[in-house]
Amino acid sequence: MNTATVALTPPAVSTPAPSRRLYPQRVWTVILAVYGVLVIALPMLHLAVPASSPLHVSDYTVTLAGKILCYATVALAMDLVWGYTGILSLGHGLFFALGGYAMGMYLMRAIGRDGVYGDPVLPDFMVFLDWKQLPWYWTGSNHFLQQALLVVLVPGLLAFVFGWFAFRSRIRGVYFSIITQALTYAAMLLFFRNQTGFGGNNGFTDFKRILGFPLANPLTRVVLLVLSATLLLGALVLCRALVLSKVGRVLTAIRDAEDRVRFCGYDPVSFKLFVWTLSAAICGIAGALYVPQVGIINPSEMSPANSVEIAIAVALGGRGTLLGPILGAALLHGAKSVLTVAFPELWLFVLGLAFVVVTRWLPRGVLGLVYRERRP
Amino acid sequence: MRSVPNAEGRRLLILFVLLTMVTARADEAFPRGPGPTSIAGPAGQAPDVAPPAPRLATTLDAATLDRLVDPDTRDETIASLVEATDVRALPVLRALLEGNLYRGPPVFMEQQGTLQDALTGAPAQADRDQLEQVTINNRVRKMLERAVAALSVLEGPPGERLAAARVLQENPGPEVLPAVQKALARERDPQVKKGLQATAAMLALASADAAQRLAAVEELRKAHAKRQLMQRLEVERDPQVLTALYDAVRNVDLALQRAATVGLLFSGLSLGSILLLAALGLAITFGLMGVINMAHGELLMVGAYATWLVQAAFRGSRHFDWYLLAALPASFVAAALVGALLEITVVRKLYGRPLETLLATWGASLLIIQAVRVAFGAQNVEVSNPGWMSGGVTLLPDLVLPWNRIMILAFSASVLFGVWLLLRHTRLGLLVRAVTQDRQRAAGLGVRTPRVDLLAFAIGSGIAGLGGCALSQIGNVGPELGQGFIVDSFMVVVLGGVGQLAGTTIAAASLGVVNKLLEPWAGAVMAKIAVLLFVIVFIQRRPQGLFALRGRALEEG
Repeated sequence: MNTATVALTPPAVSTPAPSRRLYPQRVWTVILAVYGVLVIALPMLHLAVPASSPLHVSDYTVTLAGKILCYATVALAMDLVWGYTGILSLGHGLFFALGGYAMGMYLMRAIGRDGVYGDPVLPDFMVFLDWKQLPWYWTGSNHFLQQALLVVLVPGLLAFVFGWFAFRSRIRGVYFSIITQALTYAAMLLFFRNQTGFGGNNGFTDFKRILGFPLANPLTRVVLLVLSATLLLGALVLCRALVLSKVGRVLTAIRDAEDRVRFCGYDPVSFKLFVWTLSAAICGIAGALYVPQVGIINPSEMSPANSVEIAIAVALGGRGTLLGPILGAALLHGAKSVLTVAFPELWLFVLGLAFVVVTRWLPRGVLGLVYRERRP
Repeated sequence: MRSVPNAEGRRLLILFVLLTMVTARADEAFPRGPGPTSIAGPAGQAPDVAPPAPRLATTLDAATLDRLVDPDTRDETIASLVEATDVRALPVLRALLEGNLYRGPPVFMEQQGTLQDALTGAPAQADRDQLEQVTINNRVRKMLERAVAALSVLEGPPGERLAAARVLQENPGPEVLPAVQKALARERDPQVKKGLQATAAMLALASADAAQRLAAVEELRKAHAKRQLMQRLEVERDPQVLTALYDAVRNVDLALQRAATVGLLFSGLSLGSILLLAALGLAITFGLMGVINMAHGELLMVGAYATWLVQAAFRGSRHFDWYLLAALPASFVAAALVGALLEITVVRKLYGRPLETLLATWGASLLIIQAVRVAFGAQNVEVSNPGWMSGGVTLLPDLVLPWNRIMILAFSASVLFGVWLLLRHTRLGLLVRAVTQDRQRAAGLGVRTPRVDLLAFAIGSGIAGLGGCALSQIGNVGPELGQGFIVDSFMVVVLGGVGQLAGTTIAAASLGVVNKLLEPWAGAVMAKIAVLLFVIVFIQRRPQGLFALRGRALEEG
């Protein structure tokens, strides 16, 4: 009753009016230009230009670009549930990490005999723990297709079950946010244990190859980058089509007045469940592409702080805009990778200020700022 | 309305003074374990210590020393020294035990790197190359250890006397009984006396007289010395003593089980009290005001650092043991100020937008953490317990309740009481509840809601600071202190039901107890995961928490 006085109405976020086309031509030009840079120019500069040339793009930059693309995909998925449906998840890092772990399991098995202990079947950490055989849930993890399926299924299923119970009980607003945070926190504690069978503290690392291609190879790296960019583009088109569809209109209605939607005869639970599960699955795929590029996955990916960072990337770029979160993730993680190297002490100040400034003064995010400048 | 803030301020002040007095009283009223106090105050326990033995003892003389050095006469010499309970022989025996005794004449011993005459203790000069160390074998070592312990129960600080009594329990021998009995006769420290009684009983258990053995069994039963009883069980032949032994072992087993259960419950309640301290402030800011303050954990941390600063200011002072009394208001004020700043700069602008508040306060928490890191370093800082808080109460021989835990239990109870008083019996509490229930109508009736918000938020933050002060007494104090509590304290508030102090209390206590009860089965981490999952599932069944307020509101009831 007390929060009733504090009504949960988000600030008006302008949702573009529905149109037949996904985006106007000008926006498409920008999107495709960026995509072109990522899949053609960057790979060319990395592969063809010699390392001595100033135009050469280093390994670090390619990996960083791939990493940011994965984060941007997660932010996009987050925007779907937060910006459009009004569900603030503080546990999206969990779905991202679960996708990463599913892929990491395959990568660990693909190391084969090249591990430190040279065991043909068991990953190094299991040999270290003196395990004699693989736990049952590692069955078939050497098959890429199975793991690729799990990348979508595990986060999707977890999200479905969790969402099913939460949405049916009409848990919303901050309560939902807090229990998603508790969920990812519990999962982090679980994965920290050595006995859980996912490498404990250290997680998975030291990957050698994927589908037979060595990960240290520049070409593999470029292919992963192109895949990440394509995933982001695909997710963008999918999400855009979704929010422009009738389902998208219902989602926005749920965000603005869930009870009225229910009184109109719609069942908000199924809509929320659908978009929530879809978002988790997209995060899982992003995580799966993230792991081979970064070369490590450990439980700290599930820390509540990581999930909150996803939310702030969305807010920074502009909620309910789809393009905004992508921009926000790029800004946030770009700044992070620059600042944590150059001024490690400064980074947390910048991040903390970003939270405060964006929520207080930029409710529509950076993108909102740009729009307002054009059309005051 | 003009006088309201002043009246509020006065009431707050009175309340706060009351609170501090309650805590101060609490530690006066509770009888304290004697051990730690006497260690802290060197002069305090002087009368307990036996008067120093006469300067010239009859048994330790040059001839005795020579016989001690000679392997053939060593055993009987040690036995006779113990029998004579000559405390003056202690340094020499220790030196012999540690290999610091050198053959003479005269016999030298080495203490802290300097040579001295073993008999007089006067510093002495000798060519080290010429000295021959007196070596001992394992049999003699056992006997010597016993002898040293037997003499140590007669002298020294109570802690050492007790330790020596324990050594004798581990390593009993008939020759030390007179020394123990002598010590028992003049021991005044109850704790040491108990230990000595157990030791005497153990020694008597080996006596040839069945009646004495029976008495010893009874003593050992009282002391819960299961191992000694079991050992005797294997060699005992007398049927009467055997029956007594069996009964005693069974009895002790039961008592041990009971002690384990009580201990578990206590540690559960202790964890619960910590959770309560962490969550009480949140019960005001989140539970009553509906503000999601993700920086709440950092307010705990601010309180803990304020305690550390006060402690540093008191270091070296002779009132050091009482620094906590100054630290309590300091931590309250420090956290309340940070909280007020947070309210003015961030929270105030975002009332009615809980999700934004959540993110903004998360950002604020990062800023606070980093500011503390820059100001005080990323390492943990050392906050030491005052003397009266170390040690514990021995409830049963196998159950020691640490003082700091007991204090925190009492402290969180009194903070809870204070918050209840504040909310129910002060004007400010009335206003806070009014604003909580219906902001517009309260404002319409002339309540200055922004001011009430600010005060309530500052008080909630201040209570977090008090929690931080308490936490500094049992755990590490570092910039990340608060991070570990944020999920837990939200769980407590959500489980307890929003706006309910009773719910918060019961939720904190039951989460603590359930966590600790699960721990022996599942391990600490799995217990914690189980508790988190339990809360997640529970919220699905009862979204309003344990104690739901009934209302007609549709949204977020």
